[in-house]
Amino acid sequence: MPEETKEFWRWSEKVWRDESIDWRGSRAITAGIDVGSVSSQAVILADGRLYAYHSTRTGSNSPDSARKALNGAMAGADMSQEDIRYVVGTGYGRVNVPFANRAITEIACHARGANYMVGPSVKTILDMGGQDCKVIRCDEKGKVQNFIMNDKCAAGTGRGMEVIADALGVPIEDIGRRSFEIDEEPPPVSNVCTVFAKSEATGLLKAGWSVNRVLASYCAAMAERVSSLIERMSVEPDFFITGGIAKNEGVVRRIERIIGIEAVRLPADTVLDPQIAGALGAALFAHALLKKEQKASAQA
Amino acid sequence: MIVAGIDIGSKNIQVVVLEDGTVAARVSVASGFEQEESARKGIEEAAAAAGVTPADIEYIVATGVGRKAVAFTQHQVTEVAADAKGAFALNPAARTVIDVGADEARAIRIDATGKVIDFAVNEKCAAGAGAFVEAMSRALEVSLRRFGEISLESTESIPMNAQCTVFAESEVVSLIHSNTAQKDIAKAVHDAMAGRVSAMARRAGLENEVVIGGGVAHNVGFVRALKDTLGVGDLHVLPEPEYTGAFGAALIAAQKVAEGVPALNPQA
Amino acid sequence: MIANYGYQDGSGEYYITIDTDRCIECEGRWCVGACPQSLFVIEADDYDDEVATIAEGARKKLKEKCAACKPAGGHESLPCIDACRPGAISHSW
Repeated sequence: MPEETKEFWRWSEKVWRDESIDWRGSRAITAGIDVGSVSSQAVILADGRLYAYHSTRTGSNSPDSARKALNGAMAGADMSQEDIRYVVGTGYGRVNVPFANRAITEIACHARGANYMVGPSVKTILDMGGQDCKVIRCDEKGKVQNFIMNDKCAAGTGRGMEVIADALGVPIEDIGRRSFEIDEEPPPVSNVCTVFAKSEATGLLKAGWSVNRVLASYCAAMAERVSSLIERMSVEPDFFITGGIAKNEGVVRRIERIIGIEAVRLPADTVLDPQIAGALGAALFAHALLKKEQKASAQA
Repeated sequence: MIVAGIDIGSKNIQVVVLEDGTVAARVSVASGFEQEESARKGIEEAAAAAGVTPADIEYIVATGVGRKAVAFTQHQVTEVAADAKGAFALNPAARTVIDVGADEARAIRIDATGKVIDFAVNEKCAAGAGAFVEAMSRALEVSLRRFGEISLESTESIPMNAQCTVFAESEVVSLIHSNTAQKDIAKAVHDAMAGRVSAMARRAGLENEVVIGGGVAHNVGFVRALKDTLGVGDLHVLPEPEYTGAFGAALIAAQKVAEGVPALNPQA
Repeated sequence: MIANYGYQDGSGEYYITIDTDRCIECEGRWCVGACPQSLFVIEADDYDDEVATIAEGARKKLKEKCAACKPAGGHESLPCIDACRPGAISHSW
């Protein structure tokens, strides 16, 4: 039995900063903050270049989570909020980012962030967040052309994966790898609902399945559920996955198997993280909006 | 003539034994992981409670999600057919039958002869079934019974945003942190679930009288919330509501025997 | 932009689709008043076009909100689709 106190769902929070940039020398510092239901990210750009980011767990209060994410990204850089010229909030808590100059939907932000990460070739984006899942089609500039979203339920989301990690006592970051350590691919768990899938998983363990086999079965069910959403929109490559689940190969490779298209992987040495795509897109919007504002005031 | 109906749900198994048309025993056992074994146990206990042996039961009709997993019954009917039969027998004025169990919910519209006209089901989402309220009472650390009762003391209407049990748990936790009274949280939970069950019932069509069966009908908080949400006259709680399906199945068994369907030894 | 808002109920998976490019020229905004559940609102989208969208708070409750217009026994025409003169709204059943 897993120990009561161990939190198997907990993923590692991340801070990154480009030490080669001296932000004081740049003219425009902008930030994007993505307050999701499960995780919050802040990205800081210096003259439109990625400077720093931080990813953290969302607390019970959106404004606090937004502040926590931004403070994390600024930490160690001797930067304060006043140094940031324009802030765009996104994510489900976007309207609750008190210091944001503007709120933009996560759909537009994920498309723009993916466009920055992959380049103009990215056409279809699957955003697998903590609370929901969306498929977005965009043009070569990262502008949204078409999107599809579903009423919110934990099946096929990061939160659903956290629940299973906890129920089976497997650290969430090991799930993808362990789901391939099996002799033969099992059928997906039959229940879509996370609550029912959890009891089904317990039943499968009692029936003698190994933990890895149950994980494979759950990852397969999640991939199946998400693929039905993807297949409603014809997938045009390049196909890219954003959000926390993008880091779970157990789900990603099973999605690729079902839809028959490979997702773009970021290079192994990248500093980028698919989980920050929304905040990155928001920061890019902030940079563009700041430039627009500056141009307008120069003309006035 | 002794017959039985068995309702094999994912959590519990209900058995009703009828002796010449009257209920001789009602028994409920946990489904566990060995449904066949639990079902046999249910039949044995029900037979004992009725003062007979399992071999005395002439005919057994099974219903519920696990009805096909059990080999020893002579006939299987859907939950919709069993519920309609049971509810109509208990209340011939019933036109809309709502049944909310731990893991599933249904709404059935029947005509003046008890025939099924329309139905809608939810067996895919815990948020539309008793599991939702159970999970929320756990989050609040209040017994299920008490959870229903305290919600009657609240007059607040706090909307719940989460439509999924998993997310609603976090929402309840944040309501607790913001010092919302337990009774108000309990009412919010029942209102949210009533909204979902009511939407399902509307898909089947609402017609007076509306009756409710299933184990969740014991929850007074939910019944009030559903009554308010439906906005149609009264909501009648069926007697021994969790046995509606098993009772309906038993009535169908009696009918089969009366029609001269060859009676087999169920234990054979 | 084509916006697809999906929901699942006991009978299947459905989508309300809004082709927001058609909203830009719309003068009547008939959808706002036509929906008995007030699902539609007109808002500036992320690219500053005034378009119809499903109200944020209602997106999670579509299966309940739309149920009233779709009794299981028979599919009648939907008020939102009938009202939308630019033909921007469609529903996947």
